[in-house]
Amino acid sequence: MPVLSTDDVARLAALARIDLDPDELERLAGELDAVVAAVASVSSVVSDDVPATSHPLPLTDVYREDVVQPSLPVDDVLAGAPAAQDGRFLVPQILEED
Amino acid sequence: MAPAESGRPGADDLVRATAADLAQRLAAREVSSEEVVRAHLDRIAAVDGAPGDGRGVAAFLHVSGEEALAAARDVDARRAAGEDLHPAAGVPVAVKDVVVTRGTPTTAGSKILEGWVPPYDATLVERLRAAGMPLLGKTNMDEFAMGSSTEHSAYGPTRNPWDTSRTPGGSGGGSAAAVAAFEAPLAVGTDTGGSIRQPAAVTGSVGVKPTYGGISRYGLVAMASSLDQAGPCARTVLDAALLHEVMGGHDPRDATSLTDPVGALADAARSRDVRGMRVGVVRELTGEGFSDGVSASFRASLDLLADAGAEVVEVSCPTFAHALDAYYLIMPSEASSNLARFDGMRFGLRVEPSEGPVTAERVMAATRGAGFGAEVKRRIILGTYALSAGYYDAYYGSAQKVRTLVQRDFAAAFEQADVLVSPTAPTTAFPLGSRLDDPLAMYAADIATIPANLAGVPGMSLPSGLAEDGLPVGFQVMAPARADERLYRLGGALEALLEERWGGPLLASAPRLETVPATRPEVAPA
Repeated sequence: MPVLSTDDVARLAALARIDLDPDELERLAGELDAVVAAVASVSSVVSDDVPATSHPLPLTDVYREDVVQPSLPVDDVLAGAPAAQDGRFLVPQILEED
Repeated sequence: MAPAESGRPGADDLVRATAADLAQRLAAREVSSEEVVRAHLDRIAAVDGAPGDGRGVAAFLHVSGEEALAAARDVDARRAAGEDLHPAAGVPVAVKDVVVTRGTPTTAGSKILEGWVPPYDATLVERLRAAGMPLLGKTNMDEFAMGSSTEHSAYGPTRNPWDTSRTPGGSGGGSAAAVAAFEAPLAVGTDTGGSIRQPAAVTGSVGVKPTYGGISRYGLVAMASSLDQAGPCARTVLDAALLHEVMGGHDPRDATSLTDPVGALADAARSRDVRGMRVGVVRELTGEGFSDGVSASFRASLDLLADAGAEVVEVSCPTFAHALDAYYLIMPSEASSNLARFDGMRFGLRVEPSEGPVTAERVMAATRGAGFGAEVKRRIILGTYALSAGYYDAYYGSAQKVRTLVQRDFAAAFEQADVLVSPTAPTTAFPLGSRLDDPLAMYAADIATIPANLAGVPGMSLPSGLAEDGLPVGFQVMAPARADERLYRLGGALEALLEERWGGPLLASAPRLETVPATRPEVAPA
């Protein structure tokens, strides 16, 4: 019984916004199941009293003076955009029609 | 010294010189930066081919011949005018394609960024340019630095200069191969789980992952932000120190940048004194799982260090056994979040769905489906799973606790030793294609390098010799956070002891590379 089924992987790929063709999905599901099975042991080696570490070194908030800094030239930034118009990124429709 | 391979008189001498030697000769005006850069461009034209060609080392994704020559002529003119220049001025450097370079294409080895030209420089690139170091080009890598062989590059693999049927390691196989093949005296890499050190090990070169935060991450295409660290690739420990010093130091544009000064790393590399230094052999990173040839080379280096007055002790870090598993949950989790920015909206590839409505959400999925390779998809989906409701505590949460335990093991071990050592990689370079269908076998290449990333401590790999198969073996040194100079002190001393035994640098014994047709017009000999 796999930890991760093909349906699970299809759902995760949709959440991650990645289209997969059927062959790719089948292959990835098999590989991911093997990887998850291999790494799942981490939950058995730690106890509740061990704190989690999210970052390697102690960090404190870093502040700077609230002064406006120059930003990149708009034309330079838009030069790498798939589509641009009127000094803005041009993107596909973002809301459903109805 | 091998006969000149690139055709230009004296060129072979220039490409085989160390960066420290080139810097001295440039400062003494015995050679111009233009001559040095041209010699390297000729060498690239002679042996590199290009990824996807099926021939040559294929270390470079993009060669910036004209820009490098222009930068070199600028340095030469400033030197001639008597300007006070940085000691490394005029020494060329190659940069891994995961680092953004203003005006020079940056793909991170991915089709999703094919043709993208960044509008800004990474901080480390700004520092290289400010030092007057010409940028030779961008080096090949596993897509988004996800891999241990450079075979996951969307543009084709890099080949190991010691045996072109083998991988140069990864993800920074291009940077390591470029220095090992004498195509660049120095290169920049990044190391999230071993991507500088493991390629250094299997190509007979030197690679350093500084303390986390030691070199700014501003302008690095992020994979796992709590693990990613840029660092130097070179042929000698001193050269690595020189490049580290150029790039290191605080950067206000990276909130995780250390405020400490970078330290006297080159002095440490030159000190060559290990008397009384406590060298801790990590029991869990030796023996079982490491090939006989790797283990024998490692032990021979330990003997040399002991003879030179170092105190070799054994230390135990039991939770390192779980570091690889924790890493393969933390890294994909962070990557799944970081790579959300590749959505086809603001830069890079945009692909419309083949059928149905063209909405932003469907364009994102089509773009990412077409633009990402298999390993990237695998890791994003794995990370999405590890972070999802119901699994977060068991996977990501537990992995973060393992990270705490790994840090505690390091802290305890550094009570008993000044530096920790192990072989860098469990085997010598593996054949191209041999692990592509087995992700877990590929992941195992980083078993000895990952703990340092989880704890943020610095690590170095330097060559310790050849295994019985005639391929290089890497020796790893790790030091406490912010004690990078200890890597250079031990590494410089061990390198000197080994070279005395070998009668010269290990790379001098690498086989001659075949000359391949120059396929890039920008590097055709002048």
